[in-house]
Amino acid sequence: MTSMDFLLLVRGPLLVLAIAIFTLGFGIRLVEMLALGQKRNYAEPRGSAVLGGFKTVYRRFAPDPGTWERAPFDVVIGTLWHVGFIAALFLFIPHVELIRKTFGIAWPALPNPLIDAITVITLVALVAALVQRLRNPVKRFLSTPEDYLVWVLTFLPVLTGYLAYHRLINPYPLVLGLHILSVEMFLIVAPFTKLTHMVTAFIARWYNGAIFGRKGVQS
Amino acid sequence: MHDRPTLGETLERQGVSRRGFLKFCVTTASLLALPPTAATAIAEALGQARRPSVIWLSFQECTGCTESLTRSFAPTLENLILETISLDYHHTLQAAAGEAAERAREEAMHANEGQYLVVVDGSLPGPGANPGYSTIAGISNLQMLEETLAGAAAVVAVGSCAAFGGLPMADPNPTGAVPVSKVVRDKPVINVSGCPPLPMVITGVLAHYLTFGRLPELDEYGRPLAFFGQSIHDRCYRRPFYDKGLFAETFDDEGAKKGWCLYRLGCKGPMAYNACATMKWNGGTSWPIESGHPCLGCSEPDFWDAGGFYRALSVPTGDIATTAAVGGLLGAAAGGAAVVKTRRAKADAISAHRPITAEELEQQL
Ligand code: SF4
Ligand code: SF4
Repeated sequence: MTSMDFLLLVRGPLLVLAIAIFTLGFGIRLVEMLALGQKRNYAEPRGSAVLGGFKTVYRRFAPDPGTWERAPFDVVIGTLWHVGFIAALFLFIPHVELIRKTFGIAWPALPNPLIDAITVITLVALVAALVQRLRNPVKRFLSTPEDYLVWVLTFLPVLTGYLAYHRLINPYPLVLGLHILSVEMFLIVAPFTKLTHMVTAFIARWYNGAIFGRKGVQS
Repeated sequence: MHDRPTLGETLERQGVSRRGFLKFCVTTASLLALPPTAATAIAEALGQARRPSVIWLSFQECTGCTESLTRSFAPTLENLILETISLDYHHTLQAAAGEAAERAREEAMHANEGQYLVVVDGSLPGPGANPGYSTIAGISNLQMLEETLAGAAAVVAVGSCAAFGGLPMADPNPTGAVPVSKVVRDKPVINVSGCPPLPMVITGVLAHYLTFGRLPELDEYGRPLAFFGQSIHDRCYRRPFYDKGLFAETFDDEGAKKGWCLYRLGCKGPMAYNACATMKWNGGTSWPIESGHPCLGCSEPDFWDAGGFYRALSVPTGDIATTAAVGGLLGAAAGGAAVVKTRRAKADAISAHRPITAEELEQQL
């Protein structure tokens, strides 16, 4: 198999397969979760559940003071790489182009050198997070093989993306193919591991916030 | 064939000056990434060389490669070399036709047994395909290639069709086309890809062969590294715009007028390995990206099927939107079924529930 065969395989059938598994998996998970639902609440609502839900989704981007005092490292590093990962994912020109051609929507992208810098920060932060996980006895004790798998699957797309952008592996179709393949592994595994939090975190926040909102209390 | 003049003599007769010849040798040396001193060696070897017999076979092709090689550079040195070496057999260029032409091919083969080069442009119906899709004088392409190759020194697959299958092999490949390398087993194959290839690349390869008596170093696709070692993107003069994130969005917007990068318009420069950016076309006049058009990646395998000429390189080739929609819906349906099942189990458990008193429990113990 030549590197071009490989690229065409991962850009075509494999990507379709990965997207199918990703959406299928998340479809099942979401319906199951949402169908759990809430018991009917007969008390008179004191405020808007919807508004409360969205407020909490937004508010919880900021760490509460307790977490910040107990684990500033986790907050800083966690925020850095999450923001970096999402920025590189949604604001890099080739990615925006992919979304535009696939779903017909687009938005302005950041200049490549900026994304490049963000990628480096993300990579460093991800490595720092791993080192801390390995060095902190409590964290190491709590970590399961799945945690390491999830770390690897998050790290690889960023790393291969960086290598592809700088053309550090030749020929280019090979490194681009590796990048796409790493993303496919991420997509396939996402619905069945902790990575589900990329969707469920928002639902959980909204759910909590909706309860608060209905009761008319601050969250 | 034995009174074949040397290349030096031919050039002299054609009125090519010594100076012009040396200039060609210097250019060739630099193109092949050889030190400047190699130019003298090339001049010496080429001057003495008896032009090798070249048998040029045209199969499923559009003649673009021949056009590129013989016309666009006329009347330069490369053209002379080509015209001279391709005299023995070349459908498009030779005067003979029909059986006379086939006789010329056989004569050339016998007179130069073991030494002639075979140049092929175009792909051919493979061993498993219907040979009737492409024949010459009633002979199938495959048979002609095998016959001609028997006594050849090496085969040069000129153009992306011969090298990788090209347009004839593009999906759905109705004629069962295969590239030359698929059917040649025991002779060296050198792929000079491009749709068409740069004229100087083929003359460079031939000059290398004449000078050193062997084929140049090849990449993973059997292409000479000297010409296909770097990507279009690596040598593109629009690269600074790519790095700055400045892109033309349409063919006539401000960005296009300012010469910004063509990535968004589908440029395949990052994955295309060819010498266009440095050697240019039409005697060094310009090249596709300089004239405002994205690179199609014509020197790469499967470039017809690689996701559309005007779609950015990062765009998937499959139908992702539909897959996502169908996958999501099926997932939701499966999730719904699971929920129904859980609820039913719960309801059954509730209806099967029988209260039990403490006394009853104690009795059971
Ligand atoms: S025009 Fe094409 S080859 Fe040139 S820098 Fe842009 S993407 Fe690369
Ligand atoms: S610029 Fe690209 S498509 Fe055009 S001739 Fe060169 S390699 Fe082929």
